[in-house]
Amino acid sequence: MRYLPHTDEEIREMLAVVGKESLADLFCSIPGECRFEGELPLPPALNEWNLNAHFRQLTDMMAVDQDFKILIGAGSYHHHIPETIRALASRSEFLTAYTPYQPEMAQGTLQGIFEYQTLTARLLGMDVANASMYDGASALAEALLMGLRIAKKKPKVAVSRAIHPHYRQVAKTYLQATDFELLELPFLENGRTDLSALKDRTDIAAVAVQSPNFFGVLEDLPAAGEAIHAAGALFIGCFTEPLAFGLVKNPGQCGADIACGEGQSLGLARSFGGAGLGMFACREQFTRSLPGRLVGETVDLDGKRGFVLTLATREQHIRREKATSNICTNQGLCALTAAMYMASLGGGGLRELARLNYDKTEYLKGELQKAGGTPVFSSPSFNEFVMAFEDDFQPVYRRLLEKKIVAGLELGRYYPELAGRYLFCVTETLSKNDLDEVVREVRG
Amino acid sequence: MTELPGASGLILNEPLLWEKGKKGRRGMSIPAADVPRATLEAGLMGEGPDFPDLGEVDVVRHYTRLSQWNFGIDTGMYPLGSCTMKYNPKINERQAALPELAAAHPMLADVHVQGALRILFGLQEFLAAITGLPGVSLQPAAGAQGELTGMLIFAARHESRGSKRTKILIPDTAHGTNPASAALCGYQPVPVKSGPGGILETRAVAELMDGETAGIMLTNPNTLGLFETHIREIADIMHAKGGLVYNDGANMNAVMGMVDAARCGVDVMHLNLHKTFSTPHGGGGPGAGPVCVTEELAKYLPSPRVIREGEAFHLADGGPDSIGRMHGFFGNFSVLVRAYSYIRTMGPENLKKASQLAVLNANYLKEKLKGDLHLPYDRPCMHECVFSDARQREHKVTTLDMAKRLIDFGFHPPTIYFPLVVPGAIMIEPTETECKDDLDLFIKALKRIAREAEENPELLRQAPGRSKLRRLDETAAARKPRLCG
Repeated sequence: MRYLPHTDEEIREMLAVVGKESLADLFCSIPGECRFEGELPLPPALNEWNLNAHFRQLTDMMAVDQDFKILIGAGSYHHHIPETIRALASRSEFLTAYTPYQPEMAQGTLQGIFEYQTLTARLLGMDVANASMYDGASALAEALLMGLRIAKKKPKVAVSRAIHPHYRQVAKTYLQATDFELLELPFLENGRTDLSALKDRTDIAAVAVQSPNFFGVLEDLPAAGEAIHAAGALFIGCFTEPLAFGLVKNPGQCGADIACGEGQSLGLARSFGGAGLGMFACREQFTRSLPGRLVGETVDLDGKRGFVLTLATREQHIRREKATSNICTNQGLCALTAAMYMASLGGGGLRELARLNYDKTEYLKGELQKAGGTPVFSSPSFNEFVMAFEDDFQPVYRRLLEKKIVAGLELGRYYPELAGRYLFCVTETLSKNDLDEVVREVRG
Repeated sequence: MTELPGASGLILNEPLLWEKGKKGRRGMSIPAADVPRATLEAGLMGEGPDFPDLGEVDVVRHYTRLSQWNFGIDTGMYPLGSCTMKYNPKINERQAALPELAAAHPMLADVHVQGALRILFGLQEFLAAITGLPGVSLQPAAGAQGELTGMLIFAARHESRGSKRTKILIPDTAHGTNPASAALCGYQPVPVKSGPGGILETRAVAELMDGETAGIMLTNPNTLGLFETHIREIADIMHAKGGLVYNDGANMNAVMGMVDAARCGVDVMHLNLHKTFSTPHGGGGPGAGPVCVTEELAKYLPSPRVIREGEAFHLADGGPDSIGRMHGFFGNFSVLVRAYSYIRTMGPENLKKASQLAVLNANYLKEKLKGDLHLPYDRPCMHECVFSDARQREHKVTTLDMAKRLIDFGFHPPTIYFPLVVPGAIMIEPTETECKDDLDLFIKALKRIAREAEENPELLRQAPGRSKLRRLDETAAARKPRLCG
């Protein structure tokens, strides 16, 4: 086996050094009642070429493959990923390193994550960003827990019902074993969150609002921030599509205290939903309540600039059960990849790309409207919108599928009241011709 | 090769991203606009972030230089205890990057993604076979999230019996994340002291176990690299009082095909695919921490899971007992693909052999080094062994000094100052993918360091001397945090 370098002769020599007769003898401390009986019931080993053939069989089972135009976002977005990023992120010095516990051997990872933290803070308009969380969903859950920590005695948190349904489910899972209560705020007819329930409340630690929200709708974040702060709660600005902040106001500009969400859009493949990137940032005064790892700048013995993991007294290995979170391994390489993507785009590129995404989405929205569709929500949107059609849309959907186009996501499963409505997503990867093709089929 | 790998190389300087570039440069291509400009409410418009503008060559050189300041398992031996830094096979990278899988959207209908679901289902089956625990969730994105999942399952099971328990037993030889994971579920960790032999004693557990205690959260093999030989009796004590047993499976690399977790009486355990199953750690992640449970507890697992119906695979929502969703989608899928690829490459015999050789390598190092470094628990170990700086402290040389000196010799230092039960711990886990030649060089380096500690201790206190930067001031970093440039 090519990953196991020991020759029989070496095994004999080494067994002699440790005073054992055989490899099995090394396990003599394991009681008989704990032992595995027989061989592991697993399929036999495959050589490299047969393994490739096996994966070919598996990928052949993907009825929708990379040749399809998929007009679904809903937390996972198709953007072009430049080849430079694939090449750089797969460099094994980055890929095969562990968490940078020994800074003298990990300055590459450390400077790269420091740069990620900085670009993330700038993108979200916040003072400090951490080195990453698992994904947008767990980032929201951790943001709510952080809000409860900061507010101390308040027993409740609230989330908008226009936040990604899966994120709300994860937040519920994280909170269920605690004594805290999770409230949901409904959305209005225009697709924005109804914050009127916050009036006169004093028991809510934090409120999370997503923008663009699950329906693609741009929330009126400054107004939301005012309502949330008026209720004495912390304002958590959540997102699934950070590319939007190249064009629209970011959470920091709208008064958010914590910003969190999914960073998959920034140079990571959809990859069936993972590995993604939980982005997490806050105002400076909350730094010591942050969950997760932080990289900070320092100097070496000669006074040269360098980077280390820092403020570890918040973390699980030092603070034990009093830690701000239990997170240890995060999504380090995904964060580094996102930094590479942000660096490749630059400020000018981010704006141009965000604008292009917006324009293409508006184009499809407008053309579908001309073809008889009705936007379900009147508020402005970014990259995604919900459409209603007078006739059953399924026949159109099926015809488009034959043309290798997946025309949106039906919402009944997530919002029963929106059954038969479709959430569409458009990015720079779709051409005007692709969009016109969709419209043609809708016209019939 | 008998020469130590440490040497000086040509390492280039590189500024921070925003210290280079010029406004107007672009590092990637953007399609030209083929639709008309749309209007947007002025009140919603932002200014866009202040990012530097870099050219493609700027970006490529920047990250290539940064990468050269890093050390990975492809560079050399990385014997970080409890981290299982084994070789990360290249072929697994290919499979995870296959365009059909990389482009798969997580909200597509099941019929459109049968290949991806079959991989997930297959991996669930493999991990059930390896642990002996039939219920598997692949959602947890890392070990600590697996622990949280396990604790939520504990809480759900107790609640279903109408009992709310408040405490959890955690031995001093368990992993560092365990107390924080338990605390997230409202459990108060109760420390259990290991016995003089470095393993848990049945009586100590029995004395602490009561009707308020949800169970025990142990690591087996433990963080001293020792197998908890009383695990079965400890499990019986727990179960007799309505408690459950959680096994942190971070050290599974020692016992694949050798130990059956179900027969040990374990109810819930997580595996770290970025340790035992060879997926790369990426300088801090992404990992994967699947959770395996007994048949009785399977109904509590996170939702959804992949099930098989005839020839078809489906994502099935959990029933009313499920703790709910742990991940935005289905876990770190690209990591799961790599682990699947590894298990198919290894097959049953090689997985077992990997554990045997991992244990052989650790015992070999232990025997060869115990004359030079203090070995607090001198007994056969599993996949890792724990030394301390007790002898070197006489010369005012610490574990940290010795670790830093290893860098000069071209080795990544072991895990240091953990586990806490050993003051000045040096925890070495070589893994099975290191050959005897490289182990011998590592031994040679540590023996030389032990000699230098006596003859020239200042050399160690000043180490490393060959790295791009010398020792970094971590105290200053924490005192005046500069987290953003």
